[in-house]
Amino acid sequence: MSDLTRRTAAQLADALAAGETSSVEVTQAHLDRIAEVDGAVHAFLHVDGEGALAQAREADARRAAGTSASGLDGVPIAVKDVLATRGMPTTCGSKILEGWFPPYDATVVERLRAAGTPILGKTNMDEFAMGSSTEHSAYGATHNPWDLDRIPGGSGGGSAAAVAAFEAPLAIGTDTGGSIRQPGAVTGTVGVKPTYGGVSRYGLVALANSLDQAGPVTRTVLDSALLHEVIGGHDKRDSTSIDQPLPKLVEAARLGATGDMRGVRVGVVKELTGEGYQAGVQARFDESVQLLVDAGAEVVEVSCPTFVHAMAAYYLILPAEASSNLAKFDAMRYGLRVLPEGVDAPSAEEVMRATRDRGFGDEVKRRIILGTYALSSGYYDAYYGQAQKVRTLITRDFAAAFEKADVLVSPTAPTTAFKLGEKLDDPIAMYLNDLATIPANLAGVPGISVPSGLAEEDGLPTGFQVLAPALADDRVYRVGAALEALLQDRWGGPLLDKAPSLNGVSA
Amino acid sequence: MPDITRDEVRHLADLARIDLSDAELDHLAPQLDVILESVKSISAVAADDVPPTSHALPLTNVFREDVATPSLTAEEALSGAPEVDQQRFSVPRILGEEA
Repeated sequence: MSDLTRRTAAQLADALAAGETSSVEVTQAHLDRIAEVDGAVHAFLHVDGEGALAQAREADARRAAGTSASGLDGVPIAVKDVLATRGMPTTCGSKILEGWFPPYDATVVERLRAAGTPILGKTNMDEFAMGSSTEHSAYGATHNPWDLDRIPGGSGGGSAAAVAAFEAPLAIGTDTGGSIRQPGAVTGTVGVKPTYGGVSRYGLVALANSLDQAGPVTRTVLDSALLHEVIGGHDKRDSTSIDQPLPKLVEAARLGATGDMRGVRVGVVKELTGEGYQAGVQARFDESVQLLVDAGAEVVEVSCPTFVHAMAAYYLILPAEASSNLAKFDAMRYGLRVLPEGVDAPSAEEVMRATRDRGFGDEVKRRIILGTYALSSGYYDAYYGQAQKVRTLITRDFAAAFEKADVLVSPTAPTTAFKLGEKLDDPIAMYLNDLATIPANLAGVPGISVPSGLAEEDGLPTGFQVLAPALADDRVYRVGAALEALLQDRWGGPLLDKAPSLNGVSA
Repeated sequence: MPDITRDEVRHLADLARIDLSDAELDHLAPQLDVILESVKSISAVAADDVPPTSHALPLTNVFREDVATPSLTAEEALSGAPEVDQQRFSVPRILGEEA
């Protein structure tokens, strides 16, 4: 295995700056690694070797001329297939968009290009980001690099698996109910959901537009901060984009890495621990909290009573928004068009019905129908209206909790990675994976998942979640980096050193 | 609240413009019933005086200067179309045969 693929993005940036390696070398090393392992991992839906190497050559030329575009200039990245990319297909894991080449770049992608990060390819995901396992991808599931028979989480399982398997040092994910953080937890990687509006949604194919947020997927907290500063900040093409500067995230991550937690009040959310959490997940969480205490943090227990209703509210709000957002896939302007069988001169409506039946998978159909139900007259007040009120109560719970604590913590996901296929036909069991991550999306607050160790019972990674008030993304970096440093001291290195090497696995 | 019936699922799929086969209806209808059952509790949670939240952060209307900015060319806009005719999206008939 090439040594270059084992390095963090920050280390690669340093090596590039010092002239020890070139972006072409780094990019080629990752393309080689993809060729070596992705047949088994299936993190990528599309690999753009030629495009990435061309960008790498440009990065090297800029470096030689002393005009580097950013700190990450020349460090390659993988992008979740839900962001529009010029010159690369964008499928959202759906047959309805198979082979679609967007005529424009998402703002996030535009900023990556401007920063000089070669784009290796597009990563696998549950169809339209609906799922917690990537098994709902129309192009086949991604496999967890820790155990290829297990799920890598979802919906952004492709991005998490790509960084966990050392196929990319950086990736972009999107998080609507946990799709960055839960894959991070089950693959032993870091994922950040920024404050809603902190990263532009322009060119992000909407699942639930009031909840969706793009963010970094990496192996270290510092790498996430570096990437977040590249993609974040105001965008006039997104009316929900926050028009103020980002907090100093890299600085916060560096401060956290000193391991000093004095003066930080950490709130353990009573409703997000204990019952329903796997023993090994809970054990690693309790240990992590103790480490923070030992480092000087003040720990308080906080109660957020309405969080127990978050999942119900989410599974009404999300389908309602999704059913509206996905109405645009109508077989008229782009994407799949299927003519119904045995109908002469079918109408546009008949073509639409046939196309949506063929183009959408089961989970997408479930949620569109559920959303249509929740929004239909007679049920609107009882379901959607109530869910929006619960959203208010959850936001109030957060506000009260943040009066007692600077950050809130919980296990990221209730279990470690489960077997592929295990929950595929049991939607409720699948939905429960996002129990601890959903409240942050409903309230728009930022969250991070950092690896907290391996569960004793199965030897699989567990995740620790840190949540902060809206706009205080710097706090999740500070506390996340502190915990990462404290844990790595105990482990003697990164958790991913304990993962299978996968060398030659696809050969 | 009533349980969701197979006919209701067929009707909802119709509203959402999705053709569902009988096999799909058999598969999806019971699952939707289970999901609805699990979110039912929501109706009793919030009191009448709780205001609804549609977005996490308050939204305000965003205006821009009324000046032309570059946008997609017609060719780019049509680049993903299933069918194009005379620089237009070509779509199936939208009216009934007799119209």
